[in-house]
Amino acid sequence: MELVMAIAIGVLFSSGIWLVLRPRSFQVIMGLMLLSFAVNLFIFITGRLWLDKPPLTTAPGPIDPALYADPLPQGLVLTAIVIGFACTALYLVVMLGSRGLTGTDHVDGKEREQQD
Amino acid sequence: MQWTSHLISLPVILPLITGTLLIFINERRHEFKLWLNATGVAVTLLVSLLFVALIEQGHFPGDTGVYLSANWVAPFGIALVIDRFSALMLVLAGIIAVASLMFAYQRWSRVGVHFHSLFQYLLMGINGALITGDLFNLFVFFEVMLASSYGLLLHGQNVTRIRAGMQFIALNLVASFFFLIGIALVYAASGTLNMADLAGSIAMLNATDRALFEAGAAALAVAFLTKSAIWPLGFWLPVAYGAAAPPVAAMLVVVTKVGIYVIYRLWLVVFAVDAGSSTGFGDALLFWGGLATMLFGTLGILASQDARRVASYCAILSSGILLTLLGLNRPELAASAMFYLVSSTLAVAAFILLIELTERIYSPASRLLAITMEAFASDDRSRESAGFAIPGALAFLGLMYVGCALVLAGMPPLSGFIAKFGIVSTLLTVSGDAGPALYGWLFVALLFVSGFCAIIALMRLGVRVFWSSGQNPPPNLQLSEASPVMLLLALCVALTVNAGSVRSYMDRTSLDLTSAQNYIEQVMGAPQVKRGSTKSEAER
Repeated sequence: MELVMAIAIGVLFSSGIWLVLRPRSFQVIMGLMLLSFAVNLFIFITGRLWLDKPPLTTAPGPIDPALYADPLPQGLVLTAIVIGFACTALYLVVMLGSRGLTGTDHVDGKEREQQD
Repeated sequence: MQWTSHLISLPVILPLITGTLLIFINERRHEFKLWLNATGVAVTLLVSLLFVALIEQGHFPGDTGVYLSANWVAPFGIALVIDRFSALMLVLAGIIAVASLMFAYQRWSRVGVHFHSLFQYLLMGINGALITGDLFNLFVFFEVMLASSYGLLLHGQNVTRIRAGMQFIALNLVASFFFLIGIALVYAASGTLNMADLAGSIAMLNATDRALFEAGAAALAVAFLTKSAIWPLGFWLPVAYGAAAPPVAAMLVVVTKVGIYVIYRLWLVVFAVDAGSSTGFGDALLFWGGLATMLFGTLGILASQDARRVASYCAILSSGILLTLLGLNRPELAASAMFYLVSSTLAVAAFILLIELTERIYSPASRLLAITMEAFASDDRSRESAGFAIPGALAFLGLMYVGCALVLAGMPPLSGFIAKFGIVSTLLTVSGDAGPALYGWLFVALLFVSGFCAIIALMRLGVRVFWSSGQNPPPNLQLSEASPVMLLLALCVALTVNAGSVRSYMDRTSLDLTSAQNYIEQVMGAPQVKRGSTKSEAER
């Protein structure tokens, strides 16, 4: 399971970084989304990977922490998802505005003089 | 639990409520919106001043006020912490906010919608980032701050702003991902996100966890250093400052300084003397990065033709000086650094606001170019009639320009000189008879060279703006636009006159920061409110 997670995060990160460095704003936003997925998964696994362990308990009295997963990273990842999603949506709006005003989807707002 | 404890949450709660109320008021009632916004900002500033007074009177135990949100004890819940450093920064942010808002009254608050709400949310994010004692909460407040600064940067949208905004957002999103990675690594290594708890437990980490922790701290530093525009990560700053409306750019100066504040806070508290083998982690990088930033800023100031770019590079230069000072790893320098931080923030903000006024001196043809499409959206007649035109506008602008230039370049007699003098004299004092090491001298040399270059560039700009502008009609200047610049410069003068008392406050601040044990004890030992006793305590 650790290997699968590590590979998944690595692939997401590398494709995200490659896309963020591209010149088209659509590629950039896809890259930002992939990066945010990778980061969210990364936060999630900082509580270590467990099978069949609930993060919360309803049992009264003291409990054995070894039977439960760490709830904090799960809380953190929820917040991070919401914030990342909102900021990406904001970027999308600005991207559309830029496309409308400049007439190009290049991140610099203008095409390069010489296309390769 | 005394009432002052609840007061600690006010710098966050008040802008949140004011900003939300402002959304529901129609844009056509902009006078009313402005007054509501101004009241909110003024009350926040007063509360910040009250914190300074309370701390100075020894009201909080250990001079550190702690507010446990939702009554959870420190490492588990989010603690809001107010000490001398955060109180100082709160006051600074409040002052710049008052000045920006006054400046925005004439024109800039009317060129788009929801300026006032976004302004309040920006203030909320800044204040929250200053007083939170929890890393993840810091991330949340950073995002609040950034989301509203995106909105404000696009305020009065034109092509330049959209273009700059898109790059600014993309860059800050990537920086936020670094922030999250850093938080995740720090949590994985130490099991806590509370800054005081981190500072207390870092010495006990084993070697594997320590490596993980330091990787996390490095990722966090990338996020904060991007915000504070260290050399390879700071190319966004001139673009963003140049594109933003002047009051927004003045607020962005504060945002940049928040990045510096967080680095200072983390490095002085967490990687202080008790950090085991992690003591002084990353100092070499901060030092050389800071020097490169200073060099970059100096060259930028010299190379810029445009006044806004000069202002941006002045901001980069001041970031560079502050980062280098931290990288020297001399806790004694913190007080001098704070004095410089306050003085340079006031001066750069004043300069940015002033530039917009001086741009009106230019001939009508170039004025047409300068006025972008938002001028068409604003009501020209109301602009002419509101406020009082100041006589002798050109002389006034010239005088203000000289004041800004003196502070920015660090020339006597204003506060910029005292700040630089403080830095150099402390550096020479702490390093003893042998003098500072070679890299210390390198820093001092670059400090003087950068001041010298700033004088040259500012003089050149001043000659072009004021003396070679020809026979133009005197610029139309309103009191509400001139007074914020006056206010900021008057504060610089006050900082010069009262340098002794301000400096002694900063000395105490620096002492608080370097004796991290007190901070840790106060935050970790902050008592919970007992359910039954709440009422009787409140009555007392």
